[in-house]
Amino acid sequence: MNMPQKHPKNKVLTHFQQSDTSVLLIALVLLCAITYILKPVFLSERNIMNTLRQVSLTAICGFGLTLIILVGEIDLSVGSQQAVAGVLSVVVLNATGSVLLAILAALAGGLVVGGLNGLIITKFKINSMIVTLGTMAIWRGASMVVTNAVSIQSNVAAFQNFATGYIGPVPNAVVIAVVLFAAVYFVLNHTTFGRYVYAIGGNPEAARFAGLPVERVKLAVYIIGSVLTMLAGVLLASRMASAQPTAGTGFEMIVIASVILGGVSLSGGVGSITGAVIGMLILGVLQNALTLMDVNSFWQDITRGVVIILAVAVDSMRKNSIAKNLIRAQRQQKEGI
Amino acid sequence: MSRCIPVLEVHGIHKYFPGVHALKGVDFDLMPGEVHALVGENGAGKSTLIKVLSGVYAFDEGEYRILGDPAAIEKPADAIRKGIGVIYQELNSVRSLSVAENIFFGRLPQKHGCVQWKQLYAQTQQYLSAVGLTVKPQTKLQYLSIAQQQLVEIAKAISLQAKVIIMDEPTSALSPKEIEYLFAVIRSLKTQNVGVLYISHKLEEVFTVADRITVFRDGAVVGTAEATDLDQDTLIGMMVGRRMTDMFPPKDRAPGEIVLDVRHLSTEKVQDLCFTVRRGEIVGFSGLMGAGRTEMTRALFGIDERLSGDVLMDGQPVGKNSPSAARRAGVGLVTENRKEQGILPNLSVGRNTTIVTLDQVTRAHVILPGRERAEIQRIVEAISVKTPSVDQLITKLSGGNQQKVLLARWLIKQNLKLLIIDEPTRGIDVGAKAEIYHLMNELARQGLSILMVSSELPEILGMCDRVYVMRDGRISGEFDAAQASEKTLLARAIG
Repeated sequence: MNMPQKHPKNKVLTHFQQSDTSVLLIALVLLCAITYILKPVFLSERNIMNTLRQVSLTAICGFGLTLIILVGEIDLSVGSQQAVAGVLSVVVLNATGSVLLAILAALAGGLVVGGLNGLIITKFKINSMIVTLGTMAIWRGASMVVTNAVSIQSNVAAFQNFATGYIGPVPNAVVIAVVLFAAVYFVLNHTTFGRYVYAIGGNPEAARFAGLPVERVKLAVYIIGSVLTMLAGVLLASRMASAQPTAGTGFEMIVIASVILGGVSLSGGVGSITGAVIGMLILGVLQNALTLMDVNSFWQDITRGVVIILAVAVDSMRKNSIAKNLIRAQRQQKEGI
Repeated sequence: MSRCIPVLEVHGIHKYFPGVHALKGVDFDLMPGEVHALVGENGAGKSTLIKVLSGVYAFDEGEYRILGDPAAIEKPADAIRKGIGVIYQELNSVRSLSVAENIFFGRLPQKHGCVQWKQLYAQTQQYLSAVGLTVKPQTKLQYLSIAQQQLVEIAKAISLQAKVIIMDEPTSALSPKEIEYLFAVIRSLKTQNVGVLYISHKLEEVFTVADRITVFRDGAVVGTAEATDLDQDTLIGMMVGRRMTDMFPPKDRAPGEIVLDVRHLSTEKVQDLCFTVRRGEIVGFSGLMGAGRTEMTRALFGIDERLSGDVLMDGQPVGKNSPSAARRAGVGLVTENRKEQGILPNLSVGRNTTIVTLDQVTRAHVILPGRERAEIQRIVEAISVKTPSVDQLITKLSGGNQQKVLLARWLIKQNLKLLIIDEPTRGIDVGAKAEIYHLMNELARQGLSILMVSSELPEILGMCDRVYVMRDGRISGEFDAAQASEKTLLARAIG
């Protein structure tokens, strides 16, 4: 009766394999190589730093969004939040003359904005897509109301240095992005909080039954996400030396697309911050390459759209084949009994 | 009647699921104009048989005939075309559509792509009067009572020229008056030569309505007899039977002082529960499906809102509505639904194991990889989880091994005092079952208190020191396992 259960010697399949980033990395290297062959100026220090600076803005916001998507939710309001960040910081800047206060004001704004999104979603149990679609309109509208739909110039010269300054040869924004990447990487892979993010994204019901603080973790990722988005918003305002109420329009789509391109599953629980960053780099390099080749910006939009769909399609085919292997393994196991 | 060809018959039907032999050579037939009842304990295989008959599952071996010809049913649509209608326990109609649209779902009368409403309503009216339902065809289903919705489903089956109507626990949500009416409808179906396959737990009903009764146990038919040749006692005896007892470890435990004390606990789903569990004791919760046993575990673990009552662990009250509070008080919960409420499918065996006790392997919330790995290795070896590596995704393990991982998740908890296990061996093959039983016994001997919910009576009697029986969200009886029998438990559960 107690027949020992046979286990087919299948290959070990870990969650690292599922969120395999090697394919993405190869794609990125190929893209860089092709661009370099067509336009050697691509690898000039100036162009590299420019591209990286651009990607940094997406990335700083994208780190937070990666957490939000990993936990199984979404935030569509990040573009509007950027406008809020710009307005908040420049208004405070012009009133106080302090760059530090301006930045802190925006970060505090992130606390409120993210807290609000998170509370509405967890307390009223409303789909995050709908909630953030609403707050996306609210924050955009609020920015327009406060500024009368015109931009506000900053009157403190030092403010611009925040985004355009350098540490050695590296732009400030890039340094900030790298430090934040290291921090988020550490949190996701080496802390209790990071483990909870994956657990909740993978099966929120099971996480609840295991007694994990599901709502607190969701609230936290929304707050982290908004604080980071606001930081990116301040950098944007600083680079333009002004607050634009239209800043960040359509930005949410670029960020979400980058993260998904990086192999983070929209259904939550699967993906890595490293993959997300590679996704952001691919879209950033692509945009740079098209600009270098004088492709007009409308065609750039179209190309980006095609690349995103292709990438996700390839990824989904790969996942299906993993699923098929799983089913086959289970069938073999059944026949073994 | 017995001279004619069965409208539906199966011979030697086998159905296998991974690790489970769900139907073991089932023979069954249904005559036109007959009501044939199917009875058996939870998990005896009744639902599996219905799903095979209605094309939801494909069977692995055997023969299935309709009116003497091979059935050739591969999917539910085939079954409907062949005249087999199923009225499920959970009605699967579209509540936001009208009665008429539900009855003619997917086959509305059309002309040039436009729905012929007049014709639709006229035809609907005709079928509604066939089941004696007086609602308007235009009424949306959501405004109907459950009983009325059920009649709509029956009307739909009639409109599809059903020769067989399968009813799965049709009376579970009906009032006595509605039940009487349903029986009248069933009798009129008989006069129209429709065969009715009737599944119910309520034995009085079965005797009222059925012509023949077939008893199921462990995926096989125990016997079929005319209803007039049986009485309730014989039937319960057949349902329970005798089964192997050597699977269960000897009960050589010595329960100590009271660990869990539940006083008048109520939620929306359970009322006024009072019970205790002692140190090193295994306490069972028995009852029929829907009696509120799973809801009891949810109430205890703080998942459902506690309306009144107290839960005490070692004399200390446990904060309400908070799984974390229950966890801190030393309570663990292994749910009945492994896939939906248990495993984290995106994580490895190891990470599934440590997820609730990360604080034991962290310093300042930072995970210490060495300590985590050691902890995982220790428990995986201690309860012999069979996995090629602890980095393997948990979804690749067999049901029994997944269950062990879910047990391990709580067993590594340092102050674990009480483990609640809902259906400890559901969907697990026999060998792994015995292993889990021995593991539970060993844990209880070491002083862990275990509260187990089970639909399998032998499991309850074989494992537990004491048993509570639930019915309709309340505790309807408490038994010393040594003095209880399957018959007494079942009788108390049925009421």
